[in-house]
Amino acid sequence: MHLMYFTEQPMSAYPQEEGEKFGYTALLFPNKFFNPVEGSRLYHERLEEYLYAEECGVDGIMLNEHHNAPFCMQAKTNIFAAILAAMTKRVKIVLLGNPLPIADNPVRLAEELAMIDLISKGRLVSGFVRGGGVESLAANANPAYNRERFAEAHDLIIKAWTQPGPFRWEGDHYQLRVVNPWVLPLQQPHPRVWIPGVVSRETIIWAAEHRYPYIILNAPIEESKKIWQLYDDTAAQAGYAAGPEQRGYLIRCHVAETEEKAIENAKQFMWMQGEFTGLTHPLWASPAGYLGEWARKPLAEFRVGRRKQSMPPFEKQLQAMSLIAGTPKQVVEKLRIILEETRPSILALWGNDGKVSHEDSMTCIRLLGQEVMPAMREIGDRLGLKSPFEANAPVSLAYSRKNEAAVAAAL
Amino acid sequence: MTQTWTESFVEVAGGKMHLLTGGIGEPLLILHRDVGNPGWLPFYEHMARRFTVYVPSHPGFDKSARLDWMRNVRDLAAVYQWLLKDLKLASLSMIGLGFGGWIAAEMATMSHHQCKKLVLVSAMGIQPTRGEIMDQFLIYTTDYIRAGFFDPSKMDQLYGAEPNVEQLVTWEINREMTTRIAWKPYMFNQALPILLRGVDTPTLIVWGKEDKITPVNCGERYMQALPHAQFVVLNQCGHFVEVEKADELAKLVNEFISFRNAA
Repeated sequence: MHLMYFTEQPMSAYPQEEGEKFGYTALLFPNKFFNPVEGSRLYHERLEEYLYAEECGVDGIMLNEHHNAPFCMQAKTNIFAAILAAMTKRVKIVLLGNPLPIADNPVRLAEELAMIDLISKGRLVSGFVRGGGVESLAANANPAYNRERFAEAHDLIIKAWTQPGPFRWEGDHYQLRVVNPWVLPLQQPHPRVWIPGVVSRETIIWAAEHRYPYIILNAPIEESKKIWQLYDDTAAQAGYAAGPEQRGYLIRCHVAETEEKAIENAKQFMWMQGEFTGLTHPLWASPAGYLGEWARKPLAEFRVGRRKQSMPPFEKQLQAMSLIAGTPKQVVEKLRIILEETRPSILALWGNDGKVSHEDSMTCIRLLGQEVMPAMREIGDRLGLKSPFEANAPVSLAYSRKNEAAVAAAL
Repeated sequence: MTQTWTESFVEVAGGKMHLLTGGIGEPLLILHRDVGNPGWLPFYEHMARRFTVYVPSHPGFDKSARLDWMRNVRDLAAVYQWLLKDLKLASLSMIGLGFGGWIAAEMATMSHHQCKKLVLVSAMGIQPTRGEIMDQFLIYTTDYIRAGFFDPSKMDQLYGAEPNVEQLVTWEINREMTTRIAWKPYMFNQALPILLRGVDTPTLIVWGKEDKITPVNCGERYMQALPHAQFVVLNQCGHFVEVEKADELAKLVNEFISFRNAA
């Protein structure tokens, strides 16, 4: 198993009543409420927590990126990745990930990621995402071409990493006179690419067609099973049998010394779901053209305010195990069910959110690293859940074919 | 009452275009707004008394097929040139409403002799020097449309107080196409005011004084750019001039086009 620690890095130190008054805490929520002194403190606390997570035995640190919203302080995932590349020694730095469509020059991303891979001595996992609707609006990247830009930027980055330059790129959305980055990744043929997601069927299919592990972001067990069915079917069509090494799962999971404390802190997961402050306007989350045609009708009803987003209440989420909280022993029992039912080899534990204190976050990390994760490893071994590293899985379908061809030629 | 107009689909630039046609007389092309064509409006009926009125739905809007390759409003203007050629309309007058006004203005810069008279109604396409064109992409569709009315009850009359799901989906489709071709810069072309200086077509510019979507200042800039233009601002009127002031607009357009016909 590959066991990771994750937090959204919330900018929790802003006047909550202002968010409530404004009605939304995204995109247009005025940044005059951003407190730079508190922001600096929070960054340093997170950094200390990541270093402690490595010390406590996690396999990977998962990072992400969002814009114009207090729920996530990472406006550039590659910045924290670069810091961790230098300051950690062992953990994988798992970016889930860089939002490709908002990049106007994907080659710059290829360069930044190659630098991170070199500085970390080959510990980068370079996930890619489409970014949320807010990212498109904040960067003013056309949401109607989001998927096309995602696919083209990906192709360009992989080519920049694997094909000798200089070459010229004249694509639909990106045109570059000369692609010839003078920094290339250490990992060969290129760093692993993992694709997180939850809503878009198209992304699941795309990931499976590339043989990239897909990381389900906190979907319920039954929904996860449907996702894996789709992934596995697509993989079969593409000519390979998908296994646990292609399956990842992120779950909100807070542990504390007592159940009471854990439940109390876990309520902070509701912070970004809008129970306290409201999160985002449904229109900003899915601008026109961002999702496929299937989304037109529900979106149309959102557009006029006739359909509302609703998150199940905290207790319901606990019950449904889309949120887990408790002592290490209690948590392991629930995670075991998830592993048995959905068989992921990559498990990201989203430990802390909202206003959970630094001290409690550190306790959570210690218990995750020293008690929960070792138990998960045992369960994973028993279930045969080998991570892409343990299984030495090819980085992509393209490279698995190249390997097969090379083996055939050698014979 | 019998229906005075007909509905058809014509093949243009590789896609089916939905077209409403009605009336008798010289050809008149009406280009609709970014929210789509709501149907055969009373204003069109007014115009159909003296003209053969053509109201196509832009590619990717309403029932017209989307042309995936279109990337900007000049592409759209060129597709309309293609349509006019196919319809054998070598010479005609054009009315552009809002976003359709932008398309009409682009067409005028592309083909200086084709358009006999041009009417721009609360037209987008030029960046205002004061204020901004309202960004529909940050607000609900109904709020955007409502902002376009001085008298919001007129919106309810047009779409119903609770627009049906079919209408909502059509708005969504139209919003997608608007996103595809007018995302950035939003609703204007920096070159347009310069290109319009070369357009000799007599032009009537009509604006609602209370237009909250396209500032009246945009009309002033059209006025400055076009050598043969006149500018009329209607009181107690928002962006949807053809709905809020259908009779007045019809009268203005008739007088404007007749003047030329007599000359």
